[in-house]
This record gives sequence, structure tokens and C-alpha cells, in this order.
Amino acid sequence: MSAALAIGAGALVACGTYLVLQRTLTRVIIGFALLAHGANLVLLAAGGRAGRPPIVGGDPGPLADPLAQAMILTAIVITFGVTAFMLALAYRSWQLSHDDLVEDDLEDRRIARLGNETGPE
Amino acid sequence: MRTLLALPVALPLLGAAVSLIFRGRRVAQRAIGIVAVASTVVVSLAILVRVEADGPQATQAGNLAAPFGITLVADLFSAMMLVVSSVMLLAVLVYAIGQRGTDEEAGVFHPVYLVLAAGVGLSFLAGDLFDLFVAFEVMLTSSYVLITLGASRAQVRSGMTYVVISLFASVLFLLVIGFIYAATGTLNFADLASKIEAVPSGIRTAMALMVFVVFGIKAAIFPLFFWLPDSYPTAPTPITAIFAGLLTKVGVYAIIRTETLLFFPDLERVSTFVLVIAGLTMVVGVLGAIAQNDIKRILSFHIVSQIGYMILGLGFFTVAGLAGAIFYIVHHIVVKTSLFLVGGLVEHGTGTGALAKVAGLAKRSPLLALLFLVPALSLAGVPPFSGFVAKLALLEAGFAVDQWVVVGVSLVVSALTLFSMTKIWSGVFWGEVEPAVEPGNLRLRAPRLMTLSTAVLVVCTLAITVAARPIFDLSTRAATDLVDPRAYVREVTGR
Repeated sequence: MSAALAIGAGALVACGTYLVLQRTLTRVIIGFALLAHGANLVLLAAGGRAGRPPIVGGDPGPLADPLAQAMILTAIVITFGVTAFMLALAYRSWQLSHDDLVEDDLEDRRIARLGNETGPE
Repeated sequence: MRTLLALPVALPLLGAAVSLIFRGRRVAQRAIGIVAVASTVVVSLAILVRVEADGPQATQAGNLAAPFGITLVADLFSAMMLVVSSVMLLAVLVYAIGQRGTDEEAGVFHPVYLVLAAGVGLSFLAGDLFDLFVAFEVMLTSSYVLITLGASRAQVRSGMTYVVISLFASVLFLLVIGFIYAATGTLNFADLASKIEAVPSGIRTAMALMVFVVFGIKAAIFPLFFWLPDSYPTAPTPITAIFAGLLTKVGVYAIIRTETLLFFPDLERVSTFVLVIAGLTMVVGVLGAIAQNDIKRILSFHIVSQIGYMILGLGFFTVAGLAGAIFYIVHHIVVKTSLFLVGGLVEHGTGTGALAKVAGLAKRSPLLALLFLVPALSLAGVPPFSGFVAKLALLEAGFAVDQWVVVGVSLVVSALTLFSMTKIWSGVFWGEVEPAVEPGNLRLRAPRLMTLSTAVLVVCTLAITVAARPIFDLSTRAATDLVDPRAYVREVTGR
């Protein structure tokens, strides 16, 4: 595994995780895209060393692994579709509340309300 | 056999495509949906009969030899899951058609529901890890659409949580796939089963735990369950029911499949960890349920609690434990789906599922009370219902390996489950009629199709009780195959 790929994948996953933990929907979506890129890099690195020839012709030497790339392509297509769906959902959320923030959990709000009702004035 | 194995995926997908063409024509869409799902039931039964007689069956898409192509495999475990899940899909589809309004939204309910069915089928048949990933994505993406179909404020809010957490699990899954591929050079289950032994045991244990976390999020085990009780109750009843019955159980299926086939010796070393997780899942789930006061939310927490029992069966790492877990999954899928459908009937009849606002339904509809009582007692494990048989199997498996503590915990959780079912019973079905109705209008009206499909599922839970012996024998055989996968590997790789 080349050091550049490893560091790149690590950086992407780290940034992605940080962004997914934010409260703004657009940041969450971008974070998710970064996470997916990181995972794709890992898949690419799993396919073996860079610089080998593709499977064409009769070269008998070591060839590049096409399976890893096929999997990355599939993963990219899936992430693309899901990101589009999330963007639509975020837009709908903005339409409804004119706000880009993730709302509080229902249960959390109920507990907070209970605390306000019974707690010290 | 070749085409037969592909049909549980191909039929619903074909149905979805045709259904899209008939967008806007509700009757045609309904007919297509019923035909596609009903024929899936028939095909699944045919696969079960074939697998029961001849052992695991495999087919290679496009005739590409095993480790490289897309492999579909059915062994007893997956065939049983296929049959149960397709029956549930059919019953819930009938219920959804009966419930006014569910399938009228923009004409996309039926196509998306059929794609969900195809994704569930593919998850059970997938013969390699990447296939399983694609199957999960097909299933989850359609579930994202279904859970936010109404696009109301509550649905968008909880839908967003659900989508983000599921996607995070999917990315983790992709990372694990990358690691496993880097370590072994293959993703095919059968091929992996032999090649994974060459990997150093520390790395294997790490992979086993990562897979456990990935599917643990999908299966909603402790502490990764928090998204479930938040998102499920907001969707319309048929959608919640099918999610509750199937989606988390597909996660459990994936845990059992990967951990037994690939990592059996590695996870066995951390079996105490698995048992602790199982115990905590049971306890936290049931305590959450007790704190709730809305039918759908109570039932949603019970999903979490019940997942604990299935993981418990895996945690014993014996054939008996796995057999108990498989039987438990079969029983649970039917019981949970029917309970949610009853909850939907209550909401449909009274307009709310809040325990405080509804009462006296037993007077208004004795049939509905009966339809609730049978699966509720079954869920709590009261003899002689199917839950009792399932729990007894797990208890015996636990005694056999001297895991007294966790077995004791599971008994306490059963009692608490019974308590929270009684809470629904006394809140909703007993007492004076509430909200108040005119004396002449006492009888609770419900569309016939909805009551019918609920009743059929309740009869199914009774049938599981009556046929407990043959189903349990089948589970034991399925578990034996899981622990000793030689037949599975031979069928796929030809070696």
C-alpha cells in the first residue's frame, strides 16, 4: 500500500467524520461524500501496487487488479445516487423550516420540557 | 436451479419497472405489486423445498467461475429467511392497499416497495461481501424513500437521522470490504472461508469486530440502536411494519452469516463480549419500551430488545444456540409485523396511538383485541405461543454452556416485556370507551383488507407454534450447516 494513498484515505475519513458530526445538513452531506471517497481510496489501495498494466493483450507479467476498480465504480454510483437523495431531503427540510440545522431529537425535547416543568424555578 | 435462484430478485425488480410504467393507474399498480410479490412467495417456497432436499444451491451470474463472478447461494438459513420475508412482504402489501392513502402518494409507493423486496431477497441470496453491500444499498435506498414518502416535517427530521446513520454504516462496510480484500484477495464467502485462515489471528479478530459493528448498526444492537425508535414510528403503519419485521432482521442475518462462515473461531474468543452486548441490548431495549406511552414507540423499542435474544443465540457459539437464534428470527419477524399492523388498526380506528387517549377498544372490537393479545403474549414468551418455544430453545442452549447470568437476564427481560404488553392492553383495550363515541357508533370500523392481512399473520404465528417441531428441526439443520460450511463451500467453488 503506498503511503500517499494511506495518508489520503486517512485524511478524507477524518475530515468526513468531523463534518458528519456537525449540525448543519449541508456539512453532513459533504462529510458523507468525503467519507465515501476515503473508502474508495482504501478499495483502490486494496487492489495492489500502482503502475501495473491493465488486462489487455498477452502480457504475461503481473497485471493490475480490475476487480477493485469495478467495485469502486459501483460504490461511486451508489454514493452519487444517495447523495442526490440527501440533497433533496435537505432542501425539503429547508422548505419546511427555513433552516439548515438538524432538529433536536423528539425524545430529547420531551425530556428537556419535563425538566423545565418540574425543575426549580 | 439457475434461474430459480435469481427469481426472488428479478421478479420484484421486473414488477417495479412495469409498475413505474403504470404510474397514476392505481388498480394496475396494485395488481402488478400483488402478482410480483405473490410469485416471489411461490419461488421462495420452491427454493426452500429444493434446498431442503438437495443441500445448498448456488448459481454463478454470467457463468463466471466462483471467486470472480456474482454468486447467488441459497442454503437452508437463507431459504427459510426468503420464505418468511416474502410472506411478510405480501401480507403488508395487502394491508397497505387496504389502508386508504398509503399507496396514493405520487404513484411511487408500489415501485419502491418492490425494489425493497428485491433488495431483501438479494441480501439473503448474496454469495459475496460486495454483493451483500449492493443488496443492502438497494434495500436501504428504497427504505429512505419509503420512510420520507409523506415529506412531512417529522418524517424529514427523523428520516435524515435514519439516512445519515445508515450511510455511515454503509461507508464502514465499504472500508471493511477494502480491508478484507487487501488481506485475502477475495470477497466470495466460500472462497474466503478457506483463505481467511492464512490471515494473522489478531487482524482476523479486528475484521470480525468491524463486521459486527457494521451490521450491528443495521440490526440496532446496543449501543448502536438509538436511531431506530426515533425514525420508525414516523412512517405510515405498513412501512413501519415491514421495516420492523424485516430490515433489522436482515442485519442480524448478515451478522450470523459472516460471523459463522468467516470468523467463527475468532469471534468465539470474544464470546463474552458478544453475550454482554446481547444482554445490554435486551435490557436497554425493554427499559426504553417501558418508559414510552405510544403503541408504535413501545413496539419500536421492543424490536431492539428482541434483537438481543438473536445475538444471544449467536453468542453461545453452539449449534443449539444458533438453531435457537434462527427459530427466534422466524418467530419474531411474524409476531413483530403483526403487532405493528394491529397498532396501525388502532391508529386507523381512533386516530391516535397514544395510550392516554385511547381506551376500551375491547368493547368496540373484540376481534382487534384478540389479534393484539395473541402476538403480544407470543412476544413476551408466554406458553404455549411461538415465543415460548423460541425462548425455551435459547434457554436450553444457554444452560448447555453454563451461561447462567445472561440466561437469567433474558428471563427478567421476558417478564418486563410482558409488563409493557400489559401496559398496552390495559391502556388501549380495557376500561371505559375513549375517545367517547355515540352509542350506535360503538363498533370500530376497519377496512376488511387490513383486518384480513393482520388476521392471516396472527394465524401464521399460531401455525409456527403448532409446527414448532418441524420448523425447529429445520433451524437445527440450518445451524449445523452454518457451523460446518463444507457443503456450502463445495456447492459454490466445486471443491
